[in-house]
Amino acid sequence: MAAEAKMDPMAQFSISPIGGGELTGTPFQFTNSAMWMIVVLAVIIAFMWGGTKRQIVPGRWQAAVEGLFGFVGDIAKQGIGPEGRRYLPWIFTAFMFILASNWLSAMPVAVVPGVHPFAVTGQFSVTGVLSILSFAIVLAVGFWKHGLHFLSLFVPSGAPLPVKMFVAPIEFVSFLVRPFSLGLRPFVAMFAGHVLLEVFGNFVIQGLNAGSALGWGISALCFIFLIFVNALELLVGGIQAYVFALLTALYINDAVNLH
Amino acid sequence: MPQISQLALVYQSQWFWLVLTLAVIFFVVGRGILPKVEATIDARDAKIAADLDEAQRFQDEAEASEEAWRRQLNNARADAQAVTAKAKQKAQADLEKKLAKADKDVADKIAAAEAELDAARKAALTELEAVASEATQDIVVKLTGTKVSQAEARAAVAGALANA
Repeated sequence: MAAEAKMDPMAQFSISPIGGGELTGTPFQFTNSAMWMIVVLAVIIAFMWGGTKRQIVPGRWQAAVEGLFGFVGDIAKQGIGPEGRRYLPWIFTAFMFILASNWLSAMPVAVVPGVHPFAVTGQFSVTGVLSILSFAIVLAVGFWKHGLHFLSLFVPSGAPLPVKMFVAPIEFVSFLVRPFSLGLRPFVAMFAGHVLLEVFGNFVIQGLNAGSALGWGISALCFIFLIFVNALELLVGGIQAYVFALLTALYINDAVNLH
Repeated sequence: MPQISQLALVYQSQWFWLVLTLAVIFFVVGRGILPKVEATIDARDAKIAADLDEAQRFQDEAEASEEAWRRQLNNARADAQAVTAKAKQKAQADLEKKLAKADKDVADKIAAAEAELDAARKAALTELEAVASEATQDIVVKLTGTKVSQAEARAAVAGALANA
């Protein structure tokens, strides 16, 4: 157990191939990260399958799926307007992927020896792709609908010319920063939360191993704290999915409706 | 930080599996299941709206029939009141007519009786005069020994009676 005292809280984010071996840098290598993506996919499809019973009076499961549909649908409708329905598949996909990944990574699957939960959204290579996809939709829709007139998004309407000259570059830079902030937000939230969980989980074990009454007391305190952090982690996981969906809807709204 | 140190080795597999996963979610869930869920919700909303409309229609019908029933009731009540009032009026008129007739009968009888009474009184007075004049003749004869004629006696009696 003395070796574990030097455990690395970052180790939970390291990717390794399933079945051992070295990372090879090829696209098709099946890693623990890929496996958890497939688990996320399976959970999402299994959950959504419950919504296809098409009963007039829904059961609990169907009501949950319909509630979730209504929740994300409202984000799209309120953010974008009547045209929001067209962009709902992507917003819903991103929302569900982030939500399922965040929550699954906080599940206590490690009680099974040898299994470790892996936070897919704790990898900026994943959240970055999500935000780039959202941003690509914004750019595509904007230039498709408005042509070069889309660039007028950066110019505040109705302002005097000097103000326009001054504000337009700022708007442009803030527009360019959007994909980074959009992708970094869920990554940082998962990263920080899971490091905290790992560190305090380690304190619990170390306190127990110390064998003294003081160690047990510290261990108990850390365990209680850990419960709250875990609850917070679930909350943050939901909020990050919501924020990503909301911001994607708002950015698409800019592209659809300009001002 | 493994996210950075491993990036060069893992980004290809990360992107490949991520894009695969997102594509399956997008097409199976976003394009496949969501429209079904939406259709179910829309169908339920339409059903509820239709049911509410029907309930409203039934309620309107019930209110209309209640209104008609109330109107009928009011009409019947008004009819009954009219009949009652008419009957009362007729009875009143009959009564008055009968009363008037009875009054007239009574008045006639009273008049007849008074006439009879008058006649009887006159007859009695005439009788009295006759008796009184005879008595007067008798008294005069007994007191004075002179005889007075019946006419004189009668005149005297009439005068006394008139003075009395």
